[in-house]
Amino acid sequence: MIENPRVGLFVTCLVDAMRPQIGFATIKLLEQAGCVVEVPRRQTCCGQPAGNSGDKAGAAALAKQVIAAFEGFDYVVGPSGSCIGQIRSYPKLFADPGWRRRAEDLAAKSYEILSFLHDVRGWSPTDVRLEASATYHDSCSGLRELGVQAQPRALLERVEGLELVPLEGANVCCGFGGTFCVKYPDISTAILSEKTANIAATGADILLAGDLGCLMNMAGRLHREGAATRCFHTVEVLAGMSDGPAIGEEDK
Amino acid sequence: MTAQGKQDTFKQRAHDALADPNLKIAIDRTTNTAQTKRTAAVDAFPEFQAARERGAAIKDHVIANLDHYLIEFERNATDAGAQVHWARDAAEAADIVTRICTAAEAKIVTRSKSMLGEEIGLPHALDDAGIERVETDLAEHIIQLAQERPSHIIWPAMHRTREDVAELFFKDHQPPPDADDPASMVASARRVLREKFMSADVGISGANFLVADTGATCTVTNEGNAELSTTPPRVHIVTAGIEKLVPSTDHAMALLRLLVRSATGGEVTQYTTFHCGPKRSGDADGPEEMHIVLVDNGRSRMVGDEFRQMLRCIRCGACMNHCVVYRQIGGHAYGGTYPGPMGAVLTPVLDGLPQSRDLPHACTMNGRCEEVCPVRIPLKTLLKAWRVRSWDSQQEVGTVRMGLGLWGHAARRPWLYHLGTRLALPVMRLFGRGGWIRGMPFASGWTRTRDLPKPASRSFMSQHRKYGNGGPQ
Repeated sequence: MIENPRVGLFVTCLVDAMRPQIGFATIKLLEQAGCVVEVPRRQTCCGQPAGNSGDKAGAAALAKQVIAAFEGFDYVVGPSGSCIGQIRSYPKLFADPGWRRRAEDLAAKSYEILSFLHDVRGWSPTDVRLEASATYHDSCSGLRELGVQAQPRALLERVEGLELVPLEGANVCCGFGGTFCVKYPDISTAILSEKTANIAATGADILLAGDLGCLMNMAGRLHREGAATRCFHTVEVLAGMSDGPAIGEEDK
Repeated sequence: MTAQGKQDTFKQRAHDALADPNLKIAIDRTTNTAQTKRTAAVDAFPEFQAARERGAAIKDHVIANLDHYLIEFERNATDAGAQVHWARDAAEAADIVTRICTAAEAKIVTRSKSMLGEEIGLPHALDDAGIERVETDLAEHIIQLAQERPSHIIWPAMHRTREDVAELFFKDHQPPPDADDPASMVASARRVLREKFMSADVGISGANFLVADTGATCTVTNEGNAELSTTPPRVHIVTAGIEKLVPSTDHAMALLRLLVRSATGGEVTQYTTFHCGPKRSGDADGPEEMHIVLVDNGRSRMVGDEFRQMLRCIRCGACMNHCVVYRQIGGHAYGGTYPGPMGAVLTPVLDGLPQSRDLPHACTMNGRCEEVCPVRIPLKTLLKAWRVRSWDSQQEVGTVRMGLGLWGHAARRPWLYHLGTRLALPVMRLFGRGGWIRGMPFASGWTRTRDLPKPASRSFMSQHRKYGNGGPQ
């Protein structure tokens, strides 16, 4: 294990625009885990919207930008299984052996934050308290592309006072799916409504997940339905930063 | 494919399906049971992962050597006394079957469930030829009474509740069954179908496997209707896709273990029947003629391109049972013969991408379908491959192309992107009340049914630039 690895933070466009606190929580956790964190300014988007829409050239152009911005680091870490999953898939975008090699190198050192903390750094939280009950949704990309399932639960169990309530169908998609949710809103909402019913049935105070897209989807529907469930990214709880406004709550 | 299916759009069909509360009840009942039983069957099969690898390897081997096994199968089936026919496309296949029926002067034809039969439009072709067609699978019998198409490849009538079926039987069965008693309903279907089994001139079945080294066809069912459709009539016709080939009986059995567990959660089906040629002298029963129609219909084209892995599909239906989209809209919304994730990959091959462009897009890419696929078909990758073709052939909606174009343009220029974010966030915040946005121009796809959290007043990048790693304290 590298003692103090240089880690490049991949912020994700949703975190950048919608909830910067997740970015700062991620940095805090990485620093607690002994990493030296830098935020490259040349980063924007991982290219997933283009890639998922079939625009391979558009996705490759952004992949090159991410590769160039991050290849100097020991690791690339981001608070999103979905975006890191996209970075891990970069090699498929390139036929050119040079770019493919660089893409493979980057893919091999890119990690979703919770799997990085748990699997690579062997870190777990100490002295974090939250008196609440929470339920956890497994976002699909993290779960199926990166195997993020046990790590968040193991880390959350170390939070004092936090009761984890199992969520029925925790590994079933919430209906977000990136552009899917706006291209097929009817179907998306039908899927989402089953998810929010399951969340409500847990009776938990808090919903946690590891991807802001899924969280915004579920939080937005829960709010429209009048549910009181508060929604946070898992890193916010682990960093002890869940005492402020939850997703959609007004800044004080 | 009905004429209606061509005219209306995927979105319209999905919308109609979502508005039908009975459909949801029916789908939930069946797919929930299927999921539970599959999970239990897989958990009780410790070598399941190894069996999946072997299943995928068997199919890949056959696909890579398709010509070899087709020739071997034809030779052995012919030696066993069957007549082998080759059909390039759906029309040719339906035509071959109809001509065999006509030559046999068939008045009644019994048909055992086969998705390939649906794919080649056989029900319509037989009806058009004036031949009485009797669907003998219980669910297909229901579909025939309702004048519909199957909505699932294992449970064709899964979109219909027990109550719907009671109503159909009450109208068509004489004497009508007791609508409150499923056993009475099954008994009346059995009585009605039994008459037809014994008076049919031709029986048509599909095949789950074509065994190259024996020339046998293999059919699995739970109702015994395939046996009754293929044994009493004078003529037996098998229609099968060319990808159904396996080298030997042993390989068929290996795939069967995966198929049954993935489809119904059972260990084995009630009936697994191998047909090898027609009745021989000294046989007590069996058809006088056996015809096997080998159908290509786009399959050989798939061998040579990125969709070749789709030819592994053994038609178990697990992908649709676990698909969040299928479970909301059911099979008819997909518009083609094959629904769900496997249908979303296959239908563009069969019907053309322009007619089915929505299918690969109407997917959240959550990957659960490939997680449960018993032969490890990378369904997500194949659906993405269709999206790439759709993009490259300019079939994307103009607004989507433009939106992504603008996004990409900015995202490739970090200074512009960060400036854009800095300017856009305060504008977006104007639409918020409290912490939420309930409606905003160009966002109705989102905000019609859910609220949008109000964005941050300053982006992470601009806060980080100002405050560093610690952020605003």
